[in-house]
Amino acid sequence: MSATYSVTTRTKSSSIAVLLAVLSVAVLIAAPGFAARGTIQDLFFILTMLTLAQFWNLLAGYGGLVSVGQQAFVGLGAYALYGAVILGGIDPVMSILVAGVAALLLAVPTGFFAFRLHGAYFAIGTWVIAEVVRLSVAQWRSVGGGTGTSLPREALREMVLVDWIQELFGVRSSAARDILAYWIALALAVGTITGIYWLLRSKRGLALSAVRDNIEAAQSVGVDAGRMRWLVFLTSAFGTGLAGGLIYLQKARISPDAAFSVTDWTAYVIFIVVIGGIGTIEGPILGVLIFFLLQNLLADYGSWYLMILGLIGIGVMLFAPRGLWGLISEKTGLQLFPVRRRLVGGQLTNKEG
Amino acid sequence: MIWIDTIVQGILLGGLYALFAAGLSLVFGIMRLVNLAHGDLIVLGSYVILFVVSALGINPFLAAALAAPVMFLLGWVLQKLVLNRTLGEDILPPLLVTFGLSIVIQNGLLEGFSADSQRMSLGALETASVSLGPITMGVMPLMTFASAILVIVALNQLFYRTAIGRAFRATSDDATTASLMGIRPDRVFASATAIAMLVVTIAALYLGTRANFDPSIGPARLIYAFEAVIIGGLGSLWGTLIGGIIIGVAQTLGAAINPEWQILAGHVAFLIVLLVRPRGLFPKGA
Repeated sequence: MSATYSVTTRTKSSSIAVLLAVLSVAVLIAAPGFAARGTIQDLFFILTMLTLAQFWNLLAGYGGLVSVGQQAFVGLGAYALYGAVILGGIDPVMSILVAGVAALLLAVPTGFFAFRLHGAYFAIGTWVIAEVVRLSVAQWRSVGGGTGTSLPREALREMVLVDWIQELFGVRSSAARDILAYWIALALAVGTITGIYWLLRSKRGLALSAVRDNIEAAQSVGVDAGRMRWLVFLTSAFGTGLAGGLIYLQKARISPDAAFSVTDWTAYVIFIVVIGGIGTIEGPILGVLIFFLLQNLLADYGSWYLMILGLIGIGVMLFAPRGLWGLISEKTGLQLFPVRRRLVGGQLTNKEG
Repeated sequence: MIWIDTIVQGILLGGLYALFAAGLSLVFGIMRLVNLAHGDLIVLGSYVILFVVSALGINPFLAAALAAPVMFLLGWVLQKLVLNRTLGEDILPPLLVTFGLSIVIQNGLLEGFSADSQRMSLGALETASVSLGPITMGVMPLMTFASAILVIVALNQLFYRTAIGRAFRATSDDATTASLMGIRPDRVFASATAIAMLVVTIAALYLGTRANFDPSIGPARLIYAFEAVIIGGLGSLWGTLIGGIIIGVAQTLGAAINPEWQILAGHVAFLIVLLVRPRGLFPKGA
């Protein structure tokens, strides 16, 4: 009777989902071959927002840490990249790593302060720290101080792989840079989703959900809640910093107000996750697509757009707190990235089969 | 001497921050709700007062008296229809709903009043000042500070001397037991937010008459209010006043050294207190 059953998270729909995911990633990799430059830029935007959303979701949806200060990591990551390129003469693509590391380093003191605040006050605490970082960076004269700066042309021209892409697709250097940034964004988004999915299916993921659902019960079975909080906080900061660096590498121009914007890097991200479905991997994917559609539909209406987004966010939180994906999976039982562990095989199933 | 003058100006500025914070502290104390739209509600209040001033051509103080019942009602409805639905064990719904509300208010004001900065004129009162020996104090900052003290005294009286105050405390301690005694928590919460909006109106009056305002400045007011509350210790209104004063003094001192450091100095003071006294200077029950 031994070893006739096993613990699995796989379902039939998840096997199909894996197949579909592999196919769509293949299409996305090949996209620069047939898609227009505008489409590539749109896809870049979607993928980077998706990455930010996945990391915020990891914090809030799985770790129970509602941060309103993610712009600190986006902004500092971006500025670290500019610092590395302008002052250090490092290749912009390599500097993306510097961006991630800088955000990770910032997360250490941030966590040290913010973890002293509980629940809702943690949220505003992260916001205060983001403001401190923005005001401090605005004093950094060699990257333009309060007015900001641009990436030097020579550094952009000599970026790795750009020549190769130019020849491969027969495009100008600026279009080639967009394609390179897009591929990195794709790699980052895919890496983020697989990484988070792997984390959630591991022993640590189980501990994480336990802490979120009931911290006392989790601690009583030996889960180190404090360590789990640090783990998700640092991971999210690193990923958010990478995304921040990449976003501003593509923009090639930076200013403190834009790089530390609470609307662009936290409000949008929160709405994406809430509307799509917080606490699921599918939610942010669905959310970012809806967000992109809304933005295109309502692009001409200026501030009405943000108002509508805010109202939708409030409505979803009040009436469908698990978001659109929550509604879909409730109705259909569909789970593309299942993390629930089930027993398969063993005596009971054998009798039936 | 200039330093004493700077510190006095900082203390008076702290009165304004305490006014920003009092409403936030009241709502948190009673229903453990942190309203991320608090700063935007203050700015909304300033626009309501501005609207009355320009529609009726009256003095901002009178206009604020007219705006107060409107804000009171708004608070009641907001709590009863929206925020009450978010209360519970989970901290996500109230945070995300009030964050959404903050975005809605900011962009609604932007649509209705444009991004231009506004200001309400008070005539001669704006520049009036009194001299106390070598120190000159503006009449408006003095009035702001006095209002902050009055608001705190009034709220404390309300809390400990009236029936509604008893209901507030009872619901705050244990909503379930309070409801067994015939108190309806949803109404108590609605009344609390309505009263908080009266304080918001007073804060809005001074925000709108002392400096320029535009739809985007709400979040910064929320942050100052929050810092004052945390420095003071949760649940202590007098502590909140001290917290506001610490932020105010840090800001004016920072600005005296380098104008660009004003805001940063306030935040740094907050972080230092958080480092040394994580529960604030005057935590309740300590």
